[in-house]
Amino acid sequence: MRKVAIVAAASRQEEKMLDTEVEMMIPLISEVKAKTGLDQTEIGFTCSGSSDFLAGQAFSFVMTLDAVGPVPPISESHVEMDGAWALYETWVKFQMGIIDTALVYSYGKPSPGSLQDVLSTQLDPYYVAPLWPDAHAVAGLQARTLLEQGIINVDQLADCAVRAGTVESREEYFSQPMLSDPLRKADCPTYADGGVAMILAAEGKAEELCEKPAWITGIDHRIDVHHFGVRDFTTVPSARIAAEKAGVHDGPIDIAELHAAYTTHDLLLRKEMGLPETPNHSQRSYPIKADTLMASGLLRIAEAARAIWEGDANRALAHATAGPLLQQNLICVLSGEDT
Amino acid sequence: MTDVNVPSSLDGVEPVQSVRTPIRMEYTFTPGVAAQTYLREFGNKKILGNVSPIDGAILVPPRGADPRHGALCEEFVEMPHTGHIGSYCVTNVPIPGRDLDLPYISAWIFLDGADVGFLNLVAECPPEECRIGMRVEAVWKPDEEIGMTAENILYWKPSGGPDIPFAEAGVRGWHARKQGETNA
Amino acid sequence: MGTGGELAAVVGVGMTKFSATRGDVSMPGLVREAAQRALEDAGMQWDDIDAVVMGKAPDFFEGVMMPEIFLSEALGCVGKPMLRVHTAGSVGGSTALVAASLVHSGVHERVLTVAWEKQSESNAMWALSLKQPFQVSINAGAGGYFSPIIRQYMEVTQAPELIGCMVAFKDRQHALLNPYAHLHQPDLTFDQVVESPMLWEPIRYSETCPSSDGAAAMVIVNEAEADKAENPAWIHAGAMRSEANNFPGRDEVNPLASRECAADLWKQAGITNPREEIDVVEMYVPFSWYEPMWLESLGFCERGDGWKLVESGVTHIEGGDLPVNCSGGVLSSNPIGASGMIRFAEAALQVRGMAGDHQVTGAKKAMGHAYGGGAQYFAMWVVGQDKPAA
Repeated sequence: MRKVAIVAAASRQEEKMLDTEVEMMIPLISEVKAKTGLDQTEIGFTCSGSSDFLAGQAFSFVMTLDAVGPVPPISESHVEMDGAWALYETWVKFQMGIIDTALVYSYGKPSPGSLQDVLSTQLDPYYVAPLWPDAHAVAGLQARTLLEQGIINVDQLADCAVRAGTVESREEYFSQPMLSDPLRKADCPTYADGGVAMILAAEGKAEELCEKPAWITGIDHRIDVHHFGVRDFTTVPSARIAAEKAGVHDGPIDIAELHAAYTTHDLLLRKEMGLPETPNHSQRSYPIKADTLMASGLLRIAEAARAIWEGDANRALAHATAGPLLQQNLICVLSGEDT
Repeated sequence: MTDVNVPSSLDGVEPVQSVRTPIRMEYTFTPGVAAQTYLREFGNKKILGNVSPIDGAILVPPRGADPRHGALCEEFVEMPHTGHIGSYCVTNVPIPGRDLDLPYISAWIFLDGADVGFLNLVAECPPEECRIGMRVEAVWKPDEEIGMTAENILYWKPSGGPDIPFAEAGVRGWHARKQGETNA
Repeated sequence: MGTGGELAAVVGVGMTKFSATRGDVSMPGLVREAAQRALEDAGMQWDDIDAVVMGKAPDFFEGVMMPEIFLSEALGCVGKPMLRVHTAGSVGGSTALVAASLVHSGVHERVLTVAWEKQSESNAMWALSLKQPFQVSINAGAGGYFSPIIRQYMEVTQAPELIGCMVAFKDRQHALLNPYAHLHQPDLTFDQVVESPMLWEPIRYSETCPSSDGAAAMVIVNEAEADKAENPAWIHAGAMRSEANNFPGRDEVNPLASRECAADLWKQAGITNPREEIDVVEMYVPFSWYEPMWLESLGFCERGDGWKLVESGVTHIEGGDLPVNCSGGVLSSNPIGASGMIRFAEAALQVRGMAGDHQVTGAKKAMGHAYGGGAQYFAMWVVGQDKPAA
């Protein structure tokens, strides 16, 4: 497999952004181009991730293309998925040997819509969505299962919330009322508008563009069963398989950036991927504190790359998820050293 | 059709063919920095355009971006309320949510001085007389109905005066102007 | 020059019957119908597939956000990688290209790709005309957007007024040869096309694509797998280009993105004279006049001459040497998310000799083409009966 690295990243998150998606993305895309000295004509492929339902407009990604400056024409594609999967599509293109550089970006603005309603429309439209169970309710169902089967306990939830910074102490956690019993506010995500842009480059080019390329040494993604009656809430097979295929345990993991919007998800993912429940290094940022749908996953990958660039990690794991209750998962392992 | 095993207790029961599940979602959009400025002045019966920082191209209405370069446009300029038709079509299909007499003319309006067009209605013009290059001017709503909304201009009507030649009308105008500059 | 990476080929094609409302199937039923047929054609089972790539257009057409998520079981994705592509109208084509890239790159050996739309579930007209915030709602659908562009083509070329009607009539005749096509109008006459009501002048009702439900699927495999198959359609070239849809001096009649995409495509395929070397074309023509416009843009003739090809009848399956849209094209079936893939799949069927009554005799090289957005997204491929030259 051809070696590909992330060589630059820029991101922004804000609870209620007044900028449009284009106004938000222009500075981020310009920043990564400036950092690498590349202009659009020198970029081999561009790929992005976003969602129409989130934006409240059909073909919403068409407008955002203006932020890239696709004149003269560019080789470009888009997935209706978190940007992490746009990065995957891009990585595959590198493996074809036809590009040496790429721009990947994604963004989301949950603030204009009622996100809880929007997310309900992701569920099976015949049996489940008409009941309008929102994301917190569905997470609550899973949390109830996990607690009653003794897979996790409430102290673990509290400690996770403290670690993520949604509360300062166990006491504060337990003093909160239930939001979606057994989940409290501290267990659930706060949404934020935001976007991420990054430049990828192949071996031979990456070293010219960046002092310490964050090499993608493993990347894989899988999807599980959707229907709640068929699905086992207590396991995440897709995360486990993706982690294996991405070679997570081929070496030590210095930092794990997990796309866990709920405390329950953080605990489950760590279990499933064999990561310590109490890691040595905190995440650089926690989606539970600022979850930007369609960009949270790509942002984890950006944070992992930053950890490499800043020398905080030599081997970093980034995780992205999609669908209700961790149904689909992508794992990306980044390394700073020549492997 | 796949064979499905149905329990005998459901013998003779009519299968469900479809289920109607209404969905309603509310979005509160923010116009963004460029559109806010545009709408505020539109409420004062002024039409603004963005100026591209790269080459001064005038983009109407302002979207805060020059799509050729992925560059932020932060400079505004006031535009005249006159222009011409870059292209158009005569439509016999109603627009969902709007009450329009059919047929109506929808056209790409290029304001005098603008380098891109925008879509809007043309009225007070028999469809067979509409043409590419025809000069038009804005017809505003009555003053008391004007607000910070994109709907202040009801439509564009023929303003008289010589047509813009086809070779210089609409998207062709940019190249014609560039050619003119080179030749000058 | 080639596509880059390893060779890949189509060994299975499946489509559903296209109609205004497939009330006989749910969304899972619709996608499985196409996918199952593709697998059967490929002689494969669900377990043989390594990865699934799904494509469709805006989810507002069905009222389900990211429906691939709930379709994971229906498409046999459990435990596998699944991607969902969305590039507006060109999506069926770009989905096929993404699926092919998984094989060209060596990442997977056998990929299932499905593109679909079940527009009857929601309201397609509404979804296409969703009021954009802070803008006046003017457009009554895609026709209102493309008609002004077509008017400019007609003005520049001074083409005879009825060229569009000729294309529409031809495509509807071709559709009679395709049992899957949505519109089957055996009694349609040319005069009826001409006399049908103007919708977005100059486009008449009969020159407009229908709104359809439907799905198309393909199985794409690597060289080792394709060598075991009886009649693979080898992928000779694949290209995508995008541009902005409104900028100073944009050539909207013959977009540069289309020309550059085609140039890249012909270069990869080693084709220097598309008119001679391509035997059959499946191109995305949702409104009649786009056939002559794309013929020019893709390089099948000089600029300004596309309408002459139409007028001379060369794009007709009967007696034409550059038959276009023998399947009936988008003008006869348009499940928006699937339409691009139907073009790509029909091209594959042609070179495999499996296009039934709409087979072009001796077709060895075919082109599949799709476009979307404000004529700003383009996806194209060339498939051939023979392996691409090394």
